[in-house]
Amino acid sequence: MTTTATPLDVATVRADFPILGRTVREGKRLVYLDSGATSQRPRQVLDAERAFLETANAAVHRGAHQLAEEATDAYEGAREAIASFVGVGSGEVVFTKNATEGVNLVAYAMGNAATSGPGAERFRIGPGDEIVVTEMEHHANLVPWQQLAARTGATLRWFGVTDEGRLDLSDVDELVNERTRVVAFTHQSNVLGTVNPVAFLAEKARAVGALTVLDACQSVPHSPVDFRALGVDFAVFSGHKMLGPSGVGVLYGRRELLEALPPFLTGGSMIEMVQMASSTFAPPPQRFEAGVPMTSQAVALGAAVEYLSAIGMDRVAAHEHRLTEAALRGLSEIPGVRIVGPLDTVDRGGAVSFVVDGIHAHDAGQVLDSLGIAVRVGHHCAWPLHRRLGAAATVRASFYLYNTLDEVQALVDGVREAQKFFGVA
Amino acid sequence: MQLQQMYQEIILDHYKNPHGRGLRDPFDAESHQINPTCGDEVTLRVKLDGDTVADVSYDGQGCSISQASTSVLTDLVVGRPLGEAFVKLDAFVELMQGRGQVEPDEDVLEDGIAFAGVAKYPARVKCALLGWMAFKDAVARSEGAEA
Repeated sequence: MTTTATPLDVATVRADFPILGRTVREGKRLVYLDSGATSQRPRQVLDAERAFLETANAAVHRGAHQLAEEATDAYEGAREAIASFVGVGSGEVVFTKNATEGVNLVAYAMGNAATSGPGAERFRIGPGDEIVVTEMEHHANLVPWQQLAARTGATLRWFGVTDEGRLDLSDVDELVNERTRVVAFTHQSNVLGTVNPVAFLAEKARAVGALTVLDACQSVPHSPVDFRALGVDFAVFSGHKMLGPSGVGVLYGRRELLEALPPFLTGGSMIEMVQMASSTFAPPPQRFEAGVPMTSQAVALGAAVEYLSAIGMDRVAAHEHRLTEAALRGLSEIPGVRIVGPLDTVDRGGAVSFVVDGIHAHDAGQVLDSLGIAVRVGHHCAWPLHRRLGAAATVRASFYLYNTLDEVQALVDGVREAQKFFGVA
Repeated sequence: MQLQQMYQEIILDHYKNPHGRGLRDPFDAESHQINPTCGDEVTLRVKLDGDTVADVSYDGQGCSISQASTSVLTDLVVGRPLGEAFVKLDAFVELMQGRGQVEPDEDVLEDGIAFAGVAKYPARVKCALLGWMAFKDAVARSEGAEA
């Protein structure tokens, strides 16, 4: 964590986000603490999408007219900007509709490897093989692997979570073994905020010849991330959690792996040559982008990474670090509040989930909402993790570069207000 | 203030002192309902005596709205003919799906009219209906078991 960078100027940042100026629930100032679910978009991103549509919109990678050229340039330019943002080559970045599709792409492509040519052998998986996930995964990085195991006869195994909300790595050498084909895990838990030791797990996986698939949805938007340095094979993240549009996500795959990986969705754009009985496929990344892709969304995501880069991801991370510290301190001072996840800010990002004794998360969230504070309530698509934590549902506040210490204080005050309202204070 | 509109005293009373709570024997059928967005759940049993709802017993965990509405349900249907219970069920569903535009009939819904404010919050409608859907399902199951 870099804490020496010049602090970012939140007021200037906030001025870029029109939605943050609105009021909700009878004139309450909006306090948006749900960026872990979806982030808000700055004018620069909205303008980029609109400018593209007003000047250069066309179907990319087909057609030879001027708009088609310009649209393709804008789309591929965005790919380059996004690739460099996460330290990889542009040929290693596949646009998907979201991160969930990215995980499914890898899982289904591995399933397809059974009936693909000899180049795909390294992706084959079947009875006796093992897929390793963790108990803290978002459903998006769990269910596709359950399904792959069910389709292929492979066995699903998982790392547990400690009471402190860290990965239980005590059995790592037993879990990641010569039968392991995939190790899929999250970089940063969307519930606990826990940042996992990616390079360590990638090294363990590599040592046994297993592929790593990293869910980077909660890390790439919030801190500097370099997939090559981390040593992972595949990684996914979403546009809408990093100031970009919904409808666009990214799958990163090491070039030599993408070269050998069979396709998932097939059709237009992803072919090399088509005959009536069979076809051959384009090289990556086009092989994995069947059909006319989301274009203005990709262009706008390119603008989002430019926006974030101009501010500096180290400064974004340092800012969120301060907010997280304040939230952990403020919330843990309230009697009856239990924070799930690490109580310190070491290897921890800006998602703070908690339960309030005697108040269901829905009810606590409703009181916060009445004060204009938007948080997430429920299991946050991590149901097994909540079971492990002994909580049916939690309240989650998640921070981003546009949040302020005042907003953290509003959250803390709001939780006390909820206790008063339900008579548990 | 909007919050009091949603959390009427009647709702908070039922939440703190739920009626008919706990799973009891004998029963004809049981239904387990889950709200997948938040993980709330209810297990509900129905005992029929001919055409009369002899008992409704339940257990579960969830927010004040889901717990209170299940408590109100037991008040409204236990001891009544099935036909009447279903009139109340239909009225409650109509109220909850009315986006706050439906005027509830106190003669039919009694304490259930307190949920009119909840209907203005689409995200909470499922909470209010959780126990009622379990009742509907359990009755259907008991009828299926008889047939």
